[in-house]
Amino acid sequence: MSALNSLTLTAIPSEDEALRVPIREFLTQKMKDVPACVRARSWSGCDMNFSRELGRRGWLGLTLPKEYGGGGRSPFARYVLVEELLNWGAPVGSHWVADRQSAPLILKYGTEAQKQFYIPPICRGESFFCIGMSEPNAGSDLANVRTRATKTEQGWLLNGQKIWTTNAHNCHYMIALVRTSGTADDRHRGLSQIIVDLNLPGVTVRPIRDQSGDVHFCEVFFENVQLASDALIGAEGRGWEQVTAELAFERSGPERLYSSIVLFDEWLAFIRSEPGNTPESVRLAGRILAQIAPLRALCIAVTGKLAQGGSPVVEAALVKDLGTAVEQLIPAAIANDLYCRDTQAVPFELLLTLNYVTQVAPCFSLRGGARDILRGMIARGLGLR
Amino acid sequence: MDDLLCKALGQLLEDQCKPQLVRAIEGGESPAEFWGLLEESGFADALVGEEQGGAGLALRDVFELLELCGTYAMPVPFAETMVARALLARAGAHPPTGSIALACGTAVDKAGLRCAHVSFGRVADWALIQRPTEWLLLSIADAQAFPTIYPLDATLVWGPSALAAARHVPAALDVQVLQACVTAAKLAGALMSVFNRTLQYANERQQFGRPIGKFQAIQHQLSVLSEHAFAARTAAQIGCQASGCVPEILRVAVAKARTSEAALEVAALAHSIHGAIGFTEEFDLQLFTRRLHEWRQTAGSEGYWQSELGKMLVNLGPGLTLDTVRAASDPD
Ligand SMILES: Cc1cc2nc3c(=O)[nH]c(=O)nc-3n(C[C@H](O)[C@H](O)[C@H](O)COP(=O)(O)OP(=O)(O)OC[C@H]3O[C@@H](n4cnc5c(N)ncnc54)[C@H](O)[C@@H]3O)c2cc1C
Repeated sequence: MSALNSLTLTAIPSEDEALRVPIREFLTQKMKDVPACVRARSWSGCDMNFSRELGRRGWLGLTLPKEYGGGGRSPFARYVLVEELLNWGAPVGSHWVADRQSAPLILKYGTEAQKQFYIPPICRGESFFCIGMSEPNAGSDLANVRTRATKTEQGWLLNGQKIWTTNAHNCHYMIALVRTSGTADDRHRGLSQIIVDLNLPGVTVRPIRDQSGDVHFCEVFFENVQLASDALIGAEGRGWEQVTAELAFERSGPERLYSSIVLFDEWLAFIRSEPGNTPESVRLAGRILAQIAPLRALCIAVTGKLAQGGSPVVEAALVKDLGTAVEQLIPAAIANDLYCRDTQAVPFELLLTLNYVTQVAPCFSLRGGARDILRGMIARGLGLR
Repeated sequence: MDDLLCKALGQLLEDQCKPQLVRAIEGGESPAEFWGLLEESGFADALVGEEQGGAGLALRDVFELLELCGTYAMPVPFAETMVARALLARAGAHPPTGSIALACGTAVDKAGLRCAHVSFGRVADWALIQRPTEWLLLSIADAQAFPTIYPLDATLVWGPSALAAARHVPAALDVQVLQACVTAAKLAGALMSVFNRTLQYANERQQFGRPIGKFQAIQHQLSVLSEHAFAARTAAQIGCQASGCVPEILRVAVAKARTSEAALEVAALAHSIHGAIGFTEEFDLQLFTRRLHEWRQTAGSEGYWQSELGKMLVNLGPGLTLDTVRAASDPD
């Protein structure tokens, strides 16, 4: 309860807001010829060269300390950057996870040697990470993970399987939640996080195609993968706690609000044209805007809490649950609006973009934690459980 | 916002604006004594400039004061009076003592001036009425008052002689925008009251041997209720982001559209969770959920403001929606 009450309107400091100008200049140039249905991939779209270019411009690892190659800026600066990237539909998928959560996790829990080794290449856009949490029998019930790392003389021996691992086929490393002691019955105890080099022998990555035809997530198999002892990140047995902190980074950003924004902008361009404009569509445009504006304000309030060093888990769950609802409303309502009319007058690119977003929309409320799980977290925050 | 001010008004209302008072005034009793207490507290002049004897606060500073009017389902137009006094003072007119209702949607004919469904028209002392090029300030005692849909409201008609006594104030501001801004803030307060009452009820009411709040279905309904309440409160705060006493129409449109939408959702969830008791006259929930429906309708429902907002967005011409979202959501 008190957690939610403390969400107040927060201004982005002007030095961070100022970052919008050069970023926008860069994106206007970069994105001008990319069709909407490609831009609509948003953070599922990957382009390694694009990520490197961001790195060269100092726009990766923006919140990380300069000594590790980061920008030494505040979470607000990163908010501005990410908001622009998402709204332009920039292909940010390659570096997204590393920049958002892996590097901050390594900074928080890693040894000095791990920080020196992993963070600088992340900031250069040369090293990409994926999240190894889910398994076939550990979805919402994440504590049920069975992938196991056993201590050996050389380090750790890894066996098991991960699934739904976004971008594993293009990544160098996975930070995996694994069991290092006990059994699945021990639940949260005995879990640890390890960094797995995906090029090691015994690792097999198999991409999975989604219903839209895209390939962005994978199955990852570990068969007697021998890891060095410094593969462990953070403390042995503290994996659950670390993963919870990691999820606060994963859930709190504006990517839980803008997944359908490219489609919305494309539709709006049509509504702004004479053949597109109807009273119903104008009202719908206002309905969506009235949803997004307060959510953005809440999102910035959550960023403010991160900036103060907090871990706003419940607040982030609230923003994500509402944000993904708007993300899903956008394709549903736009389809209703466009297919009320003679669709011959509707630009083909718009229909194509709508079709793509309609097909991926179910995942908005699954990835990063399913809807019921978030509502359960809010209920806990309200003191009901 | 000055926390002390907010606490002081909160305490005053906690002590004085109890459910029995709300019921009594709704039932026809005079609000004069209660209004006297409010007047004495000085809060009604919070937005009036210091040189004119007020506290000189900005709209963005008083959001929580306006919100409190909703938190306690205040049966007099206190929030409306706060903004009306400030605007009158700004326009060079000396604000009258007594409460001021805001009115629009007027018609002038042989019989005089008619304002239909004036919010708080039955309990206010004055009406500030929008005319095409000016405002009229009229005493409600001089009007014929007819009951309308809600007990605190009235349809008011001023005959020619009463009209002759009107104070004319030059002004261009749209009273509806002002009323929407204030109503959104009150909705935020009422939404939070309904949320807190429902949360408490879910923890107390036992069925199947445990509090109903232990059932996952109820927990998730409460989570959704809280999501709407907090998003709407943020929207209402956005609506009050102005450094003077004049709100910005873009922000107000967001505020009223979002709070009105939430009003419907939250009222429905709260009644569902309360079961039959919540639907009785005797139980206090209705004092707040009826307000949610009334205020959702006051100064334009969500559909009206969605259309207004849509027009603003569409007329802006090419560019990212983000820029309008920023203009609407960045604090002033
Ligand atoms: C596009 C995409 C990308 C992803 N990327 C990654 C990634 O990079 N790394 C990674 O580790 N994972 C990833 N995931 C997996 C994601 O985290 C899981 O899908 C999610 O946690 C839900 O697990 P599940 O799919 O097994 O569904 P389940 O847990 O089986 O849930 C199915 C349904 O049951 C409901 N449910 C489950 N438990 C409860 C309960 N206790 N009470 C009420 N309802 C319940 C859920 O809400 C849901 O509606 C990704 C998923 C998607 C769709």
